[in-house]
Amino acid sequence: MSTAMFGAPVRRHEDARLLTGAGRYLDDLGHRALAAAFVRSPHAHARVSDIDVTAAAEVDGVVAIFTYEDLTGRMAEPLPLLIPHPALHAPRTAYPLARGEVNHVGEPVVMVVARDRYLAEDAAARVVVSYDPLPAVVGLPAARSARHAVHPDVPDNVAAHLVQAVGEVDTAIAAAPHVLELDLEIERSASTPLEGKGVYARWNSDEGSLRVYTSTQASTSVRAAVAAKLGLPLVKVDCIAPDVGGGFGVKIVHPWPEEVLVAWAAQRLAALAPEGIKWTEDRWEHFVSSAHERGQLQHVRVGFDSDGRLLGLDVTIWHDNGAYTPYGIIVPIITSTQLLGPYKPGAYRCEFFSLYTNTVIVTPYRGAGRPQGVFAMERTMDAIADHLGLDRAEVRAVNFIAAEEMPYDQGLIFQDGRPLIYDSGDFAATLDKLKALVGWSDFQAYREQARAAGRRVGIGLACYVEGTGVGPYEGGHVQVETSGKVMVATGLTSQGQGHQTVLAQIVADELGVDFDDVEVTTGDTRRFGYAVGTFASRAAVMSGNAVALAARKVRQKALRIAGEALEADPSDLEIVSGVVRVKGAPASAIPLSTVAVLSNPLRYAFDEAAKAATQFAVGDTSKPPVAEDDEPGLEARDFYSPTQSTFANGMHAVIVETDPDTAEVRVLRYCVVHDCGPLINPMIVEGQVHGGVAQGVAGALYERMVYDDAGQLLNASFMDFLMPYASEIPTVEIDHLETPSPLNPLGIKGAGEAGVIPGSAVIASAIEDAEGFVIRRMPISPSELFELRASYAAGRVPGLRRTSGERTDPRTRPGHSPDNDSPDNDSPDKET
Amino acid sequence: MTRISMSVDGVRYSDDVEPRTLLVHYLRERVGKTGTVVGCDTSNCGACTVQLDGQAVKSCSVLAVQADGAQITTIEGLAGPDGALHPMQQAFHAQHGLQCGFCTPGMIMTAVDLLAENPDPSEAEIREGIEGNLCRCTGYQNIVRAVQSAAEQMRGVRS
Ligand code: FES
Ligand code: FES
Repeated sequence: MSTAMFGAPVRRHEDARLLTGAGRYLDDLGHRALAAAFVRSPHAHARVSDIDVTAAAEVDGVVAIFTYEDLTGRMAEPLPLLIPHPALHAPRTAYPLARGEVNHVGEPVVMVVARDRYLAEDAAARVVVSYDPLPAVVGLPAARSARHAVHPDVPDNVAAHLVQAVGEVDTAIAAAPHVLELDLEIERSASTPLEGKGVYARWNSDEGSLRVYTSTQASTSVRAAVAAKLGLPLVKVDCIAPDVGGGFGVKIVHPWPEEVLVAWAAQRLAALAPEGIKWTEDRWEHFVSSAHERGQLQHVRVGFDSDGRLLGLDVTIWHDNGAYTPYGIIVPIITSTQLLGPYKPGAYRCEFFSLYTNTVIVTPYRGAGRPQGVFAMERTMDAIADHLGLDRAEVRAVNFIAAEEMPYDQGLIFQDGRPLIYDSGDFAATLDKLKALVGWSDFQAYREQARAAGRRVGIGLACYVEGTGVGPYEGGHVQVETSGKVMVATGLTSQGQGHQTVLAQIVADELGVDFDDVEVTTGDTRRFGYAVGTFASRAAVMSGNAVALAARKVRQKALRIAGEALEADPSDLEIVSGVVRVKGAPASAIPLSTVAVLSNPLRYAFDEAAKAATQFAVGDTSKPPVAEDDEPGLEARDFYSPTQSTFANGMHAVIVETDPDTAEVRVLRYCVVHDCGPLINPMIVEGQVHGGVAQGVAGALYERMVYDDAGQLLNASFMDFLMPYASEIPTVEIDHLETPSPLNPLGIKGAGEAGVIPGSAVIASAIEDAEGFVIRRMPISPSELFELRASYAAGRVPGLRRTSGERTDPRTRPGHSPDNDSPDNDSPDKET
Repeated sequence: MTRISMSVDGVRYSDDVEPRTLLVHYLRERVGKTGTVVGCDTSNCGACTVQLDGQAVKSCSVLAVQADGAQITTIEGLAGPDGALHPMQQAFHAQHGLQCGFCTPGMIMTAVDLLAENPDPSEAEIREGIEGNLCRCTGYQNIVRAVQSAAEQMRGVRS
């Protein structure tokens, strides 16, 4: 490695265009395209009895109006079930346009194509759809009660039911000296990238081919889905993710109804739309017709010993999957497996029910089920610590898997269908770093000081393990051009993670070229056709290793060709700054650009450099110009396909202040210790952590989806959905631990989602500590905290056993039921 | 249709527009300034921020006809004539103040406006000053640092 870019906080290649307005997001393309707009259901559940488009068709500039009846071939079938699972016994997916019934507000019913978006919206407003409303199932209690069904052929609203178990949990809990039960609740939130979805498709009548640009996290798979729906050969469809203004999970779902409809209409209306058709989602559409996440009810039953060691853990989860299940049951599977975090649970059973409601679909949002799982586990840890009067950090520590026990098999099946085996991590070391960073042991003194000043503060912590780098594979292509520039392509997509920079760092090091000579393309099927997508913190692990492997192949070939040219043994050569030279004799050298020329035997010299490779200039006349096992060109591609995920981990601690009067919660300090293995670019990793933490804080204190009983989303705008501004988000303090993964050549683990995962858990822990009563439900608003205080005062909410916050001893409160078998504990968090 | 005329990034444009056309749509679709983007439909996100006669405005809440006769500067007109980045653009690059970049044009235009009014803002003043702009990627931490560092640069403080 000559340039050592790996590990350096290199400034990003992406920035030059994005800082000057020269980026190209979906809506920046296709200026002469026709525009599509959609008529969407205003009802959560209804039968569509009639659609009258007469008035709409009269609007000047309207080109076409489509309803379900117009859809042909496979377009008339339901959208695909992307991830089938045997436990998903009643999967349902939507039709591209509603077929006689709508199941959530925002479901597309009619598509209008017009000269521009203003006119398309004018016409859409004139479409008259008649609905016969049906009872709406909103919220998990309604879904569970099954008084009404979302889908008539699924009368209990249960889409999936899955139980995973290790050991005999009932026996273990029955034998445990202490048992606690907790009922927990997490509300809905959503990815909410600043750029919504969008798709622009153009049919090329001359070639009989289709080009689709879409703001997606999975362009290869959109391509395959569109080709299948339209009955086109794959090679006749290109799919390109241009600059994408954030994804955070929602754009991994595909094909969206709009993706297949716009592509289909572009082909069908080719004569009228030579420049194609474009649809750009507006913010309201994003709220009501994309996807949400997080909503769960949980019941935890835990048995433990007097040190707080888990003996048996029994968790039941009710997961709200919305109206359809196109993405399968990935989210609750992740919740039920990643719930275990860095701990050994003793015997474990997790059972979940994934339930239909008449609301927007639920698919992964950064963290993807982990925030809920961590919430369950960490609330349980705090409850155990409080019950036993032990320090919360100590209780976690006694349950940790030790570093020497890696790899550690949790005995479950993970979201990728593979065993849940942790590959690396040193949880005790991470906790030590976190305690030092936040000053865990000094907090009691700080609390006393604050209390003396009339302030109420609390500290919390939460731990997580995150399976990252999920398979099946990613690939990379590396090509040295005769200019010496190195062109790299990988099929997965980018939404701001800096892949063009990070992958260039890896290739620069592997190949021995300058970082600025490496240019990376992502998410363009014209450049690389095989890929899975960007999700599950997998891009750096998967494509990072794939481009590294491809670069190693190119390097080998370069050394071989240079060795012939320099009459040296390839093992005596090195590549430094794009020049191949003999180690110790740098004068004997040949630039990679020339090696690239030599790699491609030519008949015709198209420029000065190419002359070196023409037929009268080179070649051993006894051999074919291209050897039997060789190919022309200084390029290679390779794939990385791991046997299993690699597990990153981390721990967060937070100090909050709660206002004694207004119940406003302020985050005073937010500390993160994070282990994603060796950092390719610490600046980018820290940026990912900052952004994740912001979403974690947002989900804990501000954001939620407020549905009324009729299934109307009441806060479907940035006016009412409280996405935080700079004034709400704290500064994040970060420390790293770098335990490499043994599973991949670079030793790296994913980092993209980590920041968000313990957000609700850690803030609940700190608020509970500040207030002295239990928090079982997140997010929490000031008015909810205010009411909890009143309920606590009235004895309806149990207090903590330990003394904390500004109040009288909670054990004198009504409603507190002392547990006789636990050691008496009157002291605040003990420290060792 | 109404005839309007305005200067955008130093170039004069005259066009007939429907009176209901938003300034941001005029800039993007008629003038071709796609660097200015749209992130919401309620004037909350600030992604569309441009300068109108030297003041930052959300161009989604201004009608194109209201900008008749105005001087507009977008993110595309912020760099010097030689292409040299504005100190604010440089600072966003150096401090990693952008990820997906979608909020960035509006964020930078707002931050430039903030420093015009207050060349030496505290961290709290910066956070308050960019409170009309949403970013979903960065958690704002590096944006705040970028504005701080641009302020230092622009005041001529050596860092
Ligand atoms: S697009 Fe103008 S404020 Fe959001
Ligand atoms: S960088 Fe993506 S929204 Fe700000």
